[in-house]
Amino acid sequence: MENSSKTISDSVLRKFFLEVYSISAFTLRFFKEVLKPPYELNELLKQSFLVGYKSLPLIAITGFIIGLVLTIQSRPTLAKFGAESWLPAMVAVSIIREIGPVITALIFAGKVGSGIGAELASMKVTEQIDAMQVSDTNPFKYLVVTRVLSATLMLPLLVIFADALGLCGSYIGINIKGDVSAYLYFSQVFQSLEFNDVIPAIIKTVFFGFAIGIIGSYKGYNSNKGTEGVGKAANTSVVFASLMVFIIDMIAVQIASLLQN
Amino acid sequence: MTDSTTLIKKGDDNKQNDNIVVEMIHLKKSFENNHVLQDINLVVNKGENVVILGQSGTGKSVLIKCIVGLVEIDDGKLILFGQDISLLKNTELVQIYRKIGFLFQSAALYDSMSVRENLEFPLKRQQRNLKKEEMDLLVKEALHDVGLEKAIDLSPSELSGGMRKRVGLARTLILKPEIMLYDEPTTGLDPITSKEISNLILEVQKKYNTSSIIITHDIECAKLIANRVIVIKDGVCAAEGSYADLEKSTDPWIRSFFE
Repeated sequence: MENSSKTISDSVLRKFFLEVYSISAFTLRFFKEVLKPPYELNELLKQSFLVGYKSLPLIAITGFIIGLVLTIQSRPTLAKFGAESWLPAMVAVSIIREIGPVITALIFAGKVGSGIGAELASMKVTEQIDAMQVSDTNPFKYLVVTRVLSATLMLPLLVIFADALGLCGSYIGINIKGDVSAYLYFSQVFQSLEFNDVIPAIIKTVFFGFAIGIIGSYKGYNSNKGTEGVGKAANTSVVFASLMVFIIDMIAVQIASLLQN
Repeated sequence: MTDSTTLIKKGDDNKQNDNIVVEMIHLKKSFENNHVLQDINLVVNKGENVVILGQSGTGKSVLIKCIVGLVEIDDGKLILFGQDISLLKNTELVQIYRKIGFLFQSAALYDSMSVRENLEFPLKRQQRNLKKEEMDLLVKEALHDVGLEKAIDLSPSELSGGMRKRVGLARTLILKPEIMLYDEPTTGLDPITSKEISNLILEVQKKYNTSSIIITHDIECAKLIANRVIVIKDGVCAAEGSYADLEKSTDPWIRSFFE
């Protein structure tokens, strides 16, 4: 009994380290391929359009609702301490530093990460990746490099957009039970924000985007087990990418606070 | 006398070698403990249609994937157009692979592209200096050859199984390959469409003077197109000959393919 549980834990550990090894090798290959010509600029632009522009409505709605709800939920607590006037500053710092980047990244992982995973896995199952190789094309460069780059470049822009709409939502939330002019609201918001709130928050989204792109691509590109593998690739892409977002966030917060001290 | 005989013999050998486009010598391939190809020896001559038969899982698809470099061989020699591929540099290999076309079992059309874009894709990769008009002409010609000019702006999801195979074939033919590899070209098609595809393979071979290796389980297709049939069993070429010869084989296992 003891032996069998030891064997199971050994095999789980072995599987875990093998997975870590192969995703590291996959990431290393990305860095090798990204620098080598020919550069797939047309495909990069196409993917950036699909990943960035096509995600705008979802990100916009989510960002707006988060700002609105956060303001409405925070008001009673602040009112208890007579600190309602701090509402714009508190919401702005929360959205810009943490909620905007993390929530946008999680939605991005759900939409784009799963999409990349499923698309590449289905291309693998239907031999499209092999067909590309036979057509004298490096499928890794054409499919993986372009998708990872576009995810890395587009997520920071989407986060800035979501943050802006979150602040607009918050402005409306404040005016549901109050009367604050847009000028006053945004003056308070910008007075409360510092360089250290904005820049680290944007920098960490570059890493979020990279992790989402690389995990989605890795899961899709290495998928097997036929059509079952397509669903599995999409699912595991979202789970692992979301987990990575939280891990990167935790590390980024530590680094940012260390640098600020 | 002896000298002149030797000379004539050497000349014949060279002529024979020029005629060989694919040669496999003691080729082996394993996937972990699964020894798929154990000792494959085969030759394909210029302009010849070779059909490969065998039970599922005997490595027929692996064999043709080795030819095009999708699967690396473990041991043995693979000679393409008279050149041992293990001795070639990457750039030389690319030149060799450009002469080989591959029709995948599922046709492998790119779902995110239209039929036109599917055909333009390999052209843009291999002939980067082509003008738009020239490319358009080549796309239309390739689609005309497979009888699908009207499908040019459709997406792969709008095509039937037979049409997908035809478009897949057009995408391969557009590069004018010297060797065509077909991985179960008639699988999943009704008998009429299967016959159409088989006839198309013959037409293609005549028009482009290609050599072909066709993996199939469709015995009607094999009968129609094969110049030579090779049967694979347990990772080796178990039998070889014309369709008529193998059909009359005394080995009941081989005969069972033709019944």
